[in-house]
Amino acid sequence: MKNYNKIKSMKVHEMLNVYPYSSEFFNINGLPQAGEEVSVHEYFSSLPYSVLQDIGASRDELKKRLDLFIDTMQNMFSIGMPDIKTVTIVGGTAKDGTVENISLTVGIGEVLCIAGNTGSGKSRLLADIEWLAQADTPTKRKILVNGRPFPDSMRFSAENKPVAQLSQNMNFVLDVCVKEFIELHAQSLIDKKTAEKTKNIIQSANELSGEPFDLSSPLTSLSGGQARALMVADIAFLSRSPVILIDEIENAGIDRKKALRLLSSNKKIIIIATHDPLIALSADKRAVMKNGRIEKVIKTTPFEKQTLSRLTEIDEFIEKKRKALRNGDFLRE
Amino acid sequence: MGLLSLSSCFTAKERKKKYKEEIDIRFFTFSGPPSSGKTSVIIKTALELKKKKYKIAVVKFDCLATDDDKLYAKNGIESITGLSGNLCPDHFFISNIDECFNWAYAKPYDILISESAGLCNRCSPHIEGCTAVCVIDNLLGINTPRKIGPMLKTSDITVITKSEIVSQAEKEIFAFKIRQANPNAIILHINGITGQGANRLSDLLEKTPQIDSLEGKELRASMPSALCSYCMGETFIGKDKQKGNVRRINFDSIKGEAVSEKL
Repeated sequence: MKNYNKIKSMKVHEMLNVYPYSSEFFNINGLPQAGEEVSVHEYFSSLPYSVLQDIGASRDELKKRLDLFIDTMQNMFSIGMPDIKTVTIVGGTAKDGTVENISLTVGIGEVLCIAGNTGSGKSRLLADIEWLAQADTPTKRKILVNGRPFPDSMRFSAENKPVAQLSQNMNFVLDVCVKEFIELHAQSLIDKKTAEKTKNIIQSANELSGEPFDLSSPLTSLSGGQARALMVADIAFLSRSPVILIDEIENAGIDRKKALRLLSSNKKIIIIATHDPLIALSADKRAVMKNGRIEKVIKTTPFEKQTLSRLTEIDEFIEKKRKALRNGDFLRE
Repeated sequence: MGLLSLSSCFTAKERKKKYKEEIDIRFFTFSGPPSSGKTSVIIKTALELKKKKYKIAVVKFDCLATDDDKLYAKNGIESITGLSGNLCPDHFFISNIDECFNWAYAKPYDILISESAGLCNRCSPHIEGCTAVCVIDNLLGINTPRKIGPMLKTSDITVITKSEIVSQAEKEIFAFKIRQANPNAIILHINGITGQGANRLSDLLEKTPQIDSLEGKELRASMPSALCSYCMGETFIGKDKQKGNVRRINFDSIKGEAVSEKL
């Protein structure tokens, strides 16, 4: 009860001043608002019996909860993200029992693409990396961090997980507006530069999606493209995770090259499952999946990089026509 | 009372004598709002525990009907069902759980899991000294942790499901709210469909202490209460019909949220 002993003689408003997040303690536990001039101790002593009955906790339990609440909020992110330089995929066993004989390392600043037909095991591989598997998933793969298994304490931490995922989801479920959403996310990461990042996120998201939306737009009313653009910008500016997994960004209806550039701009390890040749060739190397296992790993060749610029031209050509049709123009010779 | 009829139970002493060793069992309470994925999480976790050679039984509490017994059977997990009918499922649970425990003890099982009906957010079946798990899903919204009482706030492990269908940001926001509602619990994300995360839960559960009886153990929080004319079958509306433990909304002090007042 170290924290509680420190605050028990403080006035409630003093406590809220020193520990601003503690106001949420009262809210989330359904406690009545405190008169500002009472001390924390007096507040708990004066809680009516009926309130304690409603929430099903005794005074002493509530004091313990507050103590733990302050402790948790203060120390939540103090361990910090581990310094991750490499991620290594160590092969397991494929669906048909064949051994996946591979050890594939991706370093910071690198992009690894996962290619392969639908059902070949791309999403499963992403799930293994997300789980930082230690031969404890159906594939029996191991994922090493800096060449070693990742300690369980951090692997299962809800707060300091080093892997963030941009899944195939095309919509949000949270019933708030864009501004509240960004603020809530920043709050949950105890991020202090919220105002600046909010500006960056909405600006980048709009650049990616093409259909403008603003901070007051309800999150759940965003189109698939807008939602995906916001998810990308949110990960780029707010996520603390050094490893980012992306599942088929090409289906999102957003500027995928810009999105990839934005995500890879700040020293992250990016692993991306894709069917898109443009993205596949932008990566440093690609793992090719077959029957649930990595069949080979190909480093992007200089010739392929040349092909990439040709593909980019074709893509821009198609994009131009798409825009024209969207705007109601005719295509002329 | 009691639709569960369980007979021929051993006492702890008799059981020890019969099996000539310390074979106390582990008992876990699983609770959570409706459709949060309790059954899926229990099945995936039980399958992991079975791999480790534990004998497991599940007792499912529900109100009028349940199909979960079929799901358990399909997965090779033994289960019994207790239907509370028109009684509060929480009260029904606590009046029956010691006999369920004795049944599992006598069988003997190594692990007994109780699954609550999860009908009211004030639901509070967790017991001191028995590992308590609350299952809650990402789709419930960020204000839900606030609305859930002892079921979430006194649990030892909070399992979050349906993370695969929300964005990374929403997942992080939700976990943060859960952390604020119960700073004490271990938070685990489990995918109820693929079972990802269930073996972690099984590892944690395996490390919990064994017990030989529920007798004398205490609930972590008082249960939702009522003892009024409507409990006794009254169906008419009207002030003169309301007797006993009745509460009314206090319209004088309404500021956005209705405050109720005990009469």
